[in-house]
Amino acid sequence: MLTFLKRNKLFTFALGFVILQVLLALFAPLLGLQDPYYQVMVQRMKGPNALNWLGTDQLGRDVLARIIHGYRTSLMTCVTAVTLALVVGGTIGLLTAYYRGWFDRIVMRLMDIVFAFPILLLAIGVIAVLGPNIWSAAIAIAIVYTPIFARLLRGPALVICESEYVMGARAIGASDFRIIFLHLLPNLVSVVLVQTSILLSAAILVEASLSFLGLGAQPPTPSLGLMLSEGRNFLLLSPWPAVFAGFAILFLSFGFNLLGDALRDTLDPRLKTEN
Amino acid sequence: MTPRFLFSRRFDLAFVLFGVSIIVFLMIRMIPGDAVAIMLGANTEITPERIAELEARLGLNLPVYQQYGYWIWGVLHGDFGTSIWTGRPVIGEIAANIWPTLELTFLSILVGAGLSIPIGAFMASARGNVAEVIVRIGAIAGLTIPSFWLGIVAIFMVAKYAPGWSALGYVPFTEDPLGNLSRMVLPVIALSLPMLANLSRLVRSAMLDALGQDYIRTAKAKGANKRRIVYKHALRNALIPFITSVGVSAGYLLGGAIVIEQVFAIPGLGRLVLGAISERNYPLVQATILVLTGTFVIVNFLVDMLYAAIDPRVTR
Repeated sequence: MLTFLKRNKLFTFALGFVILQVLLALFAPLLGLQDPYYQVMVQRMKGPNALNWLGTDQLGRDVLARIIHGYRTSLMTCVTAVTLALVVGGTIGLLTAYYRGWFDRIVMRLMDIVFAFPILLLAIGVIAVLGPNIWSAAIAIAIVYTPIFARLLRGPALVICESEYVMGARAIGASDFRIIFLHLLPNLVSVVLVQTSILLSAAILVEASLSFLGLGAQPPTPSLGLMLSEGRNFLLLSPWPAVFAGFAILFLSFGFNLLGDALRDTLDPRLKTEN
Repeated sequence: MTPRFLFSRRFDLAFVLFGVSIIVFLMIRMIPGDAVAIMLGANTEITPERIAELEARLGLNLPVYQQYGYWIWGVLHGDFGTSIWTGRPVIGEIAANIWPTLELTFLSILVGAGLSIPIGAFMASARGNVAEVIVRIGAIAGLTIPSFWLGIVAIFMVAKYAPGWSALGYVPFTEDPLGNLSRMVLPVIALSLPMLANLSRLVRSAMLDALGQDYIRTAKAKGANKRRIVYKHALRNALIPFITSVGVSAGYLLGGAIVIEQVFAIPGLGRLVLGAISERNYPLVQATILVLTGTFVIVNFLVDMLYAAIDPRVTR
């Protein structure tokens, strides 16, 4: 394991970077941070100092505490959304690849329709229906990513369906369920891991955009996108909240994207791209 | 292009547009709670007669398929419904706000796609360990920098170091060409960066692919110089996958434009649709999403056609 990590330096770095941020988010309440909701009006819009390492926002709240709790909000929303999309979209991809025929044609055509919408626009439409809050944002992201996962998994699943061991399993009379979940799925794990990581990175940006537009997390929830839109109004007085929130979004999204990229090289050297 | 290919692509286009219209149509009917009461607003007293009157006006008392029929008939004849607040056709409001969005998207595609070719080609010809690392990290960073954050930082920099530059808002090109373009510089940079990162990477790998082909060896053998090989022989062939990618990016840019408009106070469709959501002006939301998605679908159809014209192999 250790030699593996040593050999794949980029992967190790990406993994560490992501784990660090996830741990910060998970254990945010135990870190002894200040209360992200607590307002100290006399300490408004201060730059970084000994008491508030990253300064305070327009209501005198600690920016560091709000960013780390913002990580929580962002990760919770995006992980929920991407998991939902993976389960629904992934199942669709596997089933269509396995059964083919009219079932495949109809379902994938329906997926094409959802896929035809620009991502952010469809998310905005879903939120217009459900009302702006963080769970609508999660559902919107899940809906947007479902056809993407379906397409991503259908292709490789089709190839595996043609393989000899799947034919062999069929020949000895294994049930469809057994073939799909015991033979197809395990062989797709590397594709799933890589794509989940990369789509999670994109979902973080979508969630931040939605919250920035006022369609995701609502005040006073600590949210990275929201911090940017609030900080924007006080930019000339104090750029710190907006600057740090932006870096936080960038690090979170960058970490997952790099992890996916490095995973692709590590898990399957055959897939190693020229990029 | 074979007639069969043309037919099947047109059928796909019609099918997707039909599906999109159904989703957009049903959207407004899936709003939980009594949308009609919401639409009546807080200022009027909500009585059963008023609700019935509005329902009849919106055609909500008919069966769903008939409602869809009337709605799509109207849409095909340019009637996208009337705004709940102003009572005027929403298409007028969309037409009044569409130009900034189209200009922003178009310029961003131009900049993103235009710059990615020389950058990608350069990266491919300067292949090596350092270039490898720069491309990899640079591309991922470009893809994951929140473009709206980049916009905010740019506004801050301008306000601080170049206060004379009016970077916010929008003036029509026809009124003040210089003012229009100077206000477009920052939004276009912010919006096109992720696309630039993505496309440069694509051009680079397509170029490396093309550079390994037999015809390149032939060109080298007959003594063509390196520049000519890279820019004439390899680039032409590398452009084929590039074109499809530009079409797909158009959708990303239309979405991104909504956010960037909000950052730079540009009165485009993004501001219109966000305002409509907070006012619960559903016909306007519906029409804006339909117009933008329809544009995106048709652009991609045209890109497919272009692709087939350049590379006749795909039509077989």
